[in-house]
Amino acid sequence: MWELIQANRRKSFLLFILMGIGLIMLGAAVSYYLNPAGMGIDGAFIAVLIWIIMSLISYYKGASILLSASKAKKVTSEVHPQLFNIVEEMKIASGLPVMPEIYIINEEAPNAFAAGRSPKHAVVAVTAGLLARLNRDELQGVIAHEMAHIYNRDIRFMTLAGVMLGSIVLISEIFLRGMLISGGGARYRSSNSNSGQGQAIIMIIALVLSILVPIFAGLLYYSISRKREYLADATGVRFSRYPEGLASALEKISGTKIEMKTANKVTSPMYIALPFSKGKKAAAGLRSTHPPIEERIRILRSMDGTGFLSYQAAYSDLKGDKSNIIPGSGLQESENPGIRKAFDDVSDKRSVKRNAGDIMMAANNYHFIECSCGLRIKVPPEYKKKSINCTKCGTVHTL
Amino acid sequence: MVPLIVILAIVVVLIIWFVVIYNSLIKLRNQVKNGWSQIDVQLKRRHDLIPNLIETVKGYMKHERETLENITTYRSQAMNASGVGEKAQAEGLLGGALGALKIAVEAYPDLKANQNFLSLQEELTSTENKISFARQSYNDQVLFYNNKIQMFPSNIVAGMFTFKEEEFFELEDPAEKAVPKVEF
Repeated sequence: MWELIQANRRKSFLLFILMGIGLIMLGAAVSYYLNPAGMGIDGAFIAVLIWIIMSLISYYKGASILLSASKAKKVTSEVHPQLFNIVEEMKIASGLPVMPEIYIINEEAPNAFAAGRSPKHAVVAVTAGLLARLNRDELQGVIAHEMAHIYNRDIRFMTLAGVMLGSIVLISEIFLRGMLISGGGARYRSSNSNSGQGQAIIMIIALVLSILVPIFAGLLYYSISRKREYLADATGVRFSRYPEGLASALEKISGTKIEMKTANKVTSPMYIALPFSKGKKAAAGLRSTHPPIEERIRILRSMDGTGFLSYQAAYSDLKGDKSNIIPGSGLQESENPGIRKAFDDVSDKRSVKRNAGDIMMAANNYHFIECSCGLRIKVPPEYKKKSINCTKCGTVHTL
Repeated sequence: MVPLIVILAIVVVLIIWFVVIYNSLIKLRNQVKNGWSQIDVQLKRRHDLIPNLIETVKGYMKHERETLENITTYRSQAMNASGVGEKAQAEGLLGGALGALKIAVEAYPDLKANQNFLSLQEELTSTENKISFARQSYNDQVLFYNNKIQMFPSNIVAGMFTFKEEEFFELEDPAEKAVPKVEF
């Protein structure tokens, strides 16, 4: 399995070089146009500097920015023992060194994401809506997918590549807007008389680059992001040995029309499924970070085992596409572990019925008392008295 | 002079090669050990859960004394077992006995509604999942390690330092082996 990460690393490196060249070219062209005396070097330097600063911020603070943007709350095992157990099961299956931190997001829409720069600094976050809707095996499928992102080092890579794309878009947008405002004229026109024609050519080059580079960098980024989603599905299934869990979870997720309030364009590639229904419609397009969810489900359901080869075969069958989703070394695997039986669903209809609100209340340190009359009393953490009366039957409960 | 340097170079390369293989064997053996301790932790956890479970269900399940006694017996057998093979057999029997309990529980709706029992059951299920996931990765590692010991050229180094093949951990579930009885 380790070779897989190595292959990923090589591919990511290539992408970085390509996007980096685009970024430097763009910066150089823009600055050469604005200030020919600098020969474009200062612009290239500034472009790289912007990228480095943004990368450092997202590398060290990305996870916490993402978590606070989605108003996620860190939970302990008492709040949701089953979620903790499932994460630990997948930690054992993946052989990752430490347990990721677990967060719950107060949202009705079912979704989940992983974040963090390395397996030792990793975070898994799920929405309350997801916990309320999925049974044990489905939840395990989702967690396995997220742990696969951590295992494959996808998060760090997608964050840094995303930042690079962001830098490219930022620079070209500043330039294009500047052009619009100044009506095509350079702000710092050179005093050299013979530079008029050269200036025009440079301007056209800068204009073309600032339109094309973001598009190509974007296409590259999106296509890699989609590949990583397939790979995370395949790796997750290899951990859980149960494709149907993830398949039926994805089905439930795509079946809900609720949109996430706290997600936006920047954070959406992190989620297991696109958080907006608008995005879901355009999902087949080249400018989507996720493959169409129906396709993912169909691939998972046509697997004849849980190995990488089995996923690749199912993928090629469905897409009529022989290109490798799994890096070569993963395909040299000799064994194809079988699909396990469905685990007993202890969660029962009873606890699945616990709605999203209850889970969030537990995350916010509420206490629950089951009264003999059948009412479930929710005691807020601010409540300081020694006892509480049931609001329905009046029974006194001591706390 | 030249032949001497050539011979020296070959010796140095051989020594380096030897050290690299030896170290990789040690690393693999440690991984297998670590994999085994992962299983062991979960097996112990299951043993620890059982007294609590029996205490909880005892009051409800008046007619299942035999099932409960089976679990207690197999638990103490499993706790006394040593070695991978012996443990696998004892734990397989314990797993079968617990499976029988799970089926028996279906007849007691009161018990299934008990909050304490539900959380115990989640713990037990999760522990069993953890055992099976730890078993997967342990067996993967054992396979890798055993292959390395058998294959040339690492088998030479393995033979010199008596690296022994490790045993797979295969849980036998008696319930799975039994021929299902079909009744009409």
